[in-house]
Parts: sequence; C-alpha cells; structure tokens
Amino acid sequence: MSTETLAAGLETALPTTLFRFATAGSVDDGKSTLVGRLLHDSKAILADTLDAVARTSADRGFGGEKGGIDLALLTDGLRAEREQGITIDVAYRYFATDRRSFILADCPGHVQYTKNTVTGASTADAVVVLIDARKGVLEQTRRHLSVLQLLRVAHVIVAVNKIDLVDFSEQVFRDIETDVQKVARELGLGSDGVADLLVVPVSALDGDNVVDRSERTPWYTGPALLEVLETLPAADELEAELESFRFPVQLVIRPQGALAPDAVAAGLDVEAYRDYRAYAGQITEGSVKVGDEVSVISPGHEPRTTTVIGIDFAGQSLDEAAAPQSVAIRLADEIDIARGDTIAAAGTVRESTADLYASLAWLSPKPLREGQKVLVKHGTRTVQALVRNVTGKLDLATFNVEPASTLELNDIGHAQLRLAAALPLENYLHHRRTGAFLVIDPIDGNTLAAGLVKDHPGDHEDERYVI
Amino acid sequence: MSTYTKEESTVEVAAAVDAPSVERLSSLDTLESEAIHIIREVVAEFEKPALLFSGGKDSVVMLHLATKAFWPGKVPFPVLHVDTGHNFPEVIDFRDRTVERLGLKLVVGSVQEFIDRGELAERADGTRNPLQTVPLLDAIQRNKFDAVFGGGRRDEDKARAKERILSLRDEFGQWDPRNQRPELWNLYNGRHTVGQHVRAFPISNWTELDIWRYIERENIELPSLYYAHEREVFARDGMWRAVGEVSQPLPNEDVITKLVRYRTVGDMSCTGAVESDARTVADVVVEVAASTLTERGATRADDRISEAAMEDRKKDGYF
Repeated sequence: MSTETLAAGLETALPTTLFRFATAGSVDDGKSTLVGRLLHDSKAILADTLDAVARTSADRGFGGEKGGIDLALLTDGLRAEREQGITIDVAYRYFATDRRSFILADCPGHVQYTKNTVTGASTADAVVVLIDARKGVLEQTRRHLSVLQLLRVAHVIVAVNKIDLVDFSEQVFRDIETDVQKVARELGLGSDGVADLLVVPVSALDGDNVVDRSERTPWYTGPALLEVLETLPAADELEAELESFRFPVQLVIRPQGALAPDAVAAGLDVEAYRDYRAYAGQITEGSVKVGDEVSVISPGHEPRTTTVIGIDFAGQSLDEAAAPQSVAIRLADEIDIARGDTIAAAGTVRESTADLYASLAWLSPKPLREGQKVLVKHGTRTVQALVRNVTGKLDLATFNVEPASTLELNDIGHAQLRLAAALPLENYLHHRRTGAFLVIDPIDGNTLAAGLVKDHPGDHEDERYVI
Repeated sequence: MSTYTKEESTVEVAAAVDAPSVERLSSLDTLESEAIHIIREVVAEFEKPALLFSGGKDSVVMLHLATKAFWPGKVPFPVLHVDTGHNFPEVIDFRDRTVERLGLKLVVGSVQEFIDRGELAERADGTRNPLQTVPLLDAIQRNKFDAVFGGGRRDEDKARAKERILSLRDEFGQWDPRNQRPELWNLYNGRHTVGQHVRAFPISNWTELDIWRYIERENIELPSLYYAHEREVFARDGMWRAVGEVSQPLPNEDVITKLVRYRTVGDMSCTGAVESDARTVADVVVEVAASTLTERGATRADDRISEAAMEDRKKDGYF
C-alpha cells in the first residue's frame, strides 16, 4: 500500500469510536487462542512480536511436524504464565478496525475466575464467553453467565469454539445453543431489556467465524464474531440515552490567583477569572445543558436546586455535554459543594439513605464477617460502614440463594450495611455507575468486594432479599 | 443478519437495541475523558502527587492532559525527571522550556550523582535505563510523593498489559503482578499505608497511534528528534545509534549520515533511531499506522535483553 492511499484511508476512517469487551472461559477452551486469532487476523500483531512467538512455538515443538504458531503465546504476559502455560491475571489488549478501536480485557478462567470476570465485565460493553463444542455448557459456563447477569453486561456473546473438532456439526451447535438459552432463561439474562445474548460457532485455531464468516458452517447465517463486536451499541451509548443526568463532583476548580501561565500567555482575561469556581467531574450518565435545573446532593443537606450557567472544558465553553465526558460545571447560586457531592437533574434523585442493601462479589481471601467495619467507596465519596448481616449466598450452579453468614473469595451474596453517612444510592439494575461501589478494607486498604446496590429501602417491605 | 435470543423468541439486532440518537464521543475523546478523570481522582485523593516527565511523547501528552484537567488553574503538582546523564540535549532543552511555560516545579533525580557517590555502578554495556530505578525511588521517598503519574501504556509490553491504572508499590517500590487489586468500573482505590506509594497510569488504554493522533489533533509540541532529521549514525544491534558523547562507534562500525527520527527518547546510549522521512506529525501518524514493528522492539536495546525484561525491571520498582 502506498503512503498516499494509506493516508487517505486514515482520513476517511476517523473518527472511530471505542468498544470495550472482555473474554471469559473455562480451562482449555481455547480462549487465549481466540484472543490471539482476533489480534492476528485484525493485523494488530506487529512483525517483531510475531517473530518472537514463532520462535518460542518452534522451540516447544508446537503443532508437531506440521508446525505453526501457538497464538496463545501472544497473550501470556508474565514469566510464570509462559512457564506454566496458564493465564494469571486480567490482561488488556488493543486492536482496531476501520469502524472501531477495541479494548479487550482478557480474563483468565481457572484462577480466581469470579474476581477476574467481575473485573473485566465491570467496564465491558460486551463479554465473549467461550464454550468448547465437545464439552458443551459446563458448570463454569453457568457461573460465568450468572456473574454477567448480575453485572448487567449489555451484550453477552457465547462463542462455541472448536467447532472444527466436531466436524462443523450443526446438530452439536444447535444443542449447545438450546442449552445456553435455557440457562439464560433461568437467569433472566436477556429477558429484562438490559442484556442480550448471541451464540456464534467458531474455530479459534483455524479462524472460522472469528473475523470472516466461514464457508465450513453454511448452516450458520449470522455474523462473524468481529462483525458483532463492530456493530453492537456500546454501554455509554445506551447510558447517554438515560434521562437522569448524574455528575459526582471530583474536585472544585478555584484557582484564585494561581491561573495557568500558559493560559494567561494565550490571552486569558485574568480579571474575569479571578473568582472562577467550577465543579470538575465525569458525567456518569445522561446529559446536561446550560440552563438546566439541577439538584445538588450533599450529606446532611436537603437537595438544593440551582441552574447550570456554564459547562467548561479546557478553555472551551460547551452548550451541552453527555456521559462519559469529563467537564467542569458552573452553577448560578453560591452553594457549598465539595468532593463527594453529586450534581443531578433536578428532582430525579431519591432521598439519600444510610441503609445499603447490596449484592457483593467477594474478591478477597479475607472472608466477610457480620459486624465487620469496612469502607464503602461510592462515586467520589468514601464512607465508613458496618456490615449488619449477610442475608444469603448465591449458588452459582443452581442459581438458588442459600442461607449464609459469611462470604468467601469468589462468593456472590447479599448483605445489609449501615453507612456512616447517607448516600444517593441507586439500583444497579438501572444505574451501572451510581449503583456500583467498592468495599475496602480499612486496615490494609485492599479492595474486598464489588458492590451492587440492590434496591432502595423504600421499595420493599418483605421482599428485600429477592434477587 | 444476526439474531439475539430474548426469552424464547429470537429477534433481529436492530430491533433488539434501538440505534441511539446521541452522537458518540470519538475514541480519542473517550480516552481523553477517562485520563482526565483519573488525573483528577489522584489529585483529589492523594497528599502529594508528582508527574514523571522525561520530555518523551507519552509524558508530554500526560502533562497536556493535566493542563486540560485543571484549566484555568495551574497544574497542581511538580514534575519529576530521572536524569540518566545520557540525554539528548534537545530533550533537556525542551524539558526546561516546558516547565518554564507552565510555571511548574521540576525535581531531578540524577543517575550520575548516584554513580559518583558509588551508590550505583555503571553497567558493562554502558546502558543507564535500568539504573533509573534507584534515583527514582530515592526522589519519591525524599519528596514524600505518595502518587506518581507515569505515561506507561498497556500496549507497550506484555508485562505492562497486566498493570493496573492505579498500581500499588511497597516500601521498596516493588510491583507484585500476582497480587494486584481488582480495578472495577471507574472506581479507583488509591488507599495505601505509610511507606507505600501508588503509580498512576492515566493513559494505560492508549496505543502508540492514539498518542500520535492526539498530538496531531491538539497541536502538541514535542522535542524535534521525534521528526525526521539528518544525523550521524552507526549500525549496532540492528538499530541506528546516534554518535554522541556517550555513544561512540567501535572501530568496525562505520559512521554515516542518514535521515532518521526517534520513536522513543531515553538514554542516548541504548535508544536507536529509525530511518524515516516523516518530518511532520501528520507524516508520523501515517508511518506509525503502517509500522510493522513495536516501538520498544524497534528502538530499545534494553527491552531486547530477555522476553521478560520489562517485567523484571517493573518488579524492582521501574516506571
């Protein structure tokens, strides 16, 4: 390709949008190979990396006499992983097509799978779950789908891998597809308008239906995996549509005398900016316009209503901004606002509460105990909290809630916490950002759990712990 | 045609999810917004952050993002440069001009001073990049920095691909890749105990091409050696090395003048140039998009030492 045609191609391709997805699978279902295949076939692997992988593959005798490249080696980053042939930690990969730039969170299946899947899925627009066509739906598949349902991942794609090893059999694929749909129905996955589910037959090793549609699966008329990833709407597109503007304040920008010298040199009116005061943050959902009425939510105050008089971004004045933009907002009234407060569309936030009913994905080797003191980080505020009781534990294989009084590593359960300050908590089902929180160990600062706000105490009297 | 399963029926994609009416942010705007969010979180939650600034393109982009995050206020933290003593003069000049222009405080940790005091030994190969760790940790401790911004990107290296955006380091500056905190949603946990500090990587999710497209879009100035220029070079280890005070050819290495540019800038003794006629940022964007080599593989001798070169250095407290 000549430089000229490439330049022309780049110009027409811009601007691309971003799409984040994660992969989850069980041991030996070929996940690393699938990721390697996506990177390789979308030409994201550069020659020196490929050379190194080819050399290692040959050294280890990959593919026997036939040879070949072990694509799994492309994703194993740490020395221990390469030596043991396993993946330990979530790894992030990057590739792009003409339509989109992709961020791939590659989540290992067998060690701390819940921790890794929860981590990868929390920021993902879609998750690809792998199933070995020879093995079908395993208990691990049910666990993965269960976690994805809990986290309300917008799109779940089940890749039925190694379809070449079952002679591209339509019957095998259809049986697995039926099983997957049955599990999805049991979970409610795809039934609540939040998530949708797609099943694709692939061979990661040979590339069938990964980047291009395969001629060896004529009975499958759907898109190849990459086509799906290129066209699904991203979570922030879905969230920007929400009417409820939410803006956790990160900090107050109030330079007083300390204006940026480069801005002053570029002609900033020093007098006009002497009393500048704006609230900096990232819009977590919805959108805001200059002139909008907003409520300011701070602990210990009734919500205060005021008007947006400016939306600033690094010297630009915007008329409107939407999730996930980082901006600075100016308000009409002088209100005492600090980090941790939330600015929201007027009248759309329910009363703040100190009673937190939540699902917790427990990510620490230290178990959860009733009566334990923890920290809760919600938006830009961290408060102390007391674990009042554990109200149940999810059996990920049967989807039943079992009685429990503790949660251990990789458990998902329900608990009731009492917060030291009332927070504007919202149900995670409808608010993926303002319904999420971290549970942090006050002793060593480690993250103990991913928390999902279940409901508002005003919602139910008797049915609080129903999933 | 693709179908999604919903309950017992199947519906077409278009029907399953209505096409959104809001125009999406571009990939670059999304990355910029994410980076600014992270920079503001660190400034809000830490006592004394600093930004690693080498004059290299990633740190220049980081500083640019910081100016946008706090506009119209000043960038509210100092910059820290770990000086190998093997610098390209134009990079030091650029560093000093930038610090002056933004009214920043510059803290320098000097590899040379550690060597002069006998606290570090020159390596047999003369390369000083791996020697930066000790002065870096010393500067962090002496200045009591509790958070240090770096321009590391996950696409640079296999070990970096597993790095968190906020990465906890112990009293020895060590990274423990097998025991990292899970990073969930956009909620960053920067809690640390006395002696520990956090490395923050707001541009973790950017690729080399994103960086260059952003430099082009934002019209960001870089040291001139990122663009094609004539330079006296000699070939070593399959790279073009510049002739300079610390980088002298051996008798069997011929010096020639070539049109070259640098894809990374670092220790002059181990950073190689690539042949290039990309004289402008637009040319570089095209060149990077078409490149078949990774930037570290192409230009960093220190990363070629072993498959796990970066992992080993990071465990010891490297950037």
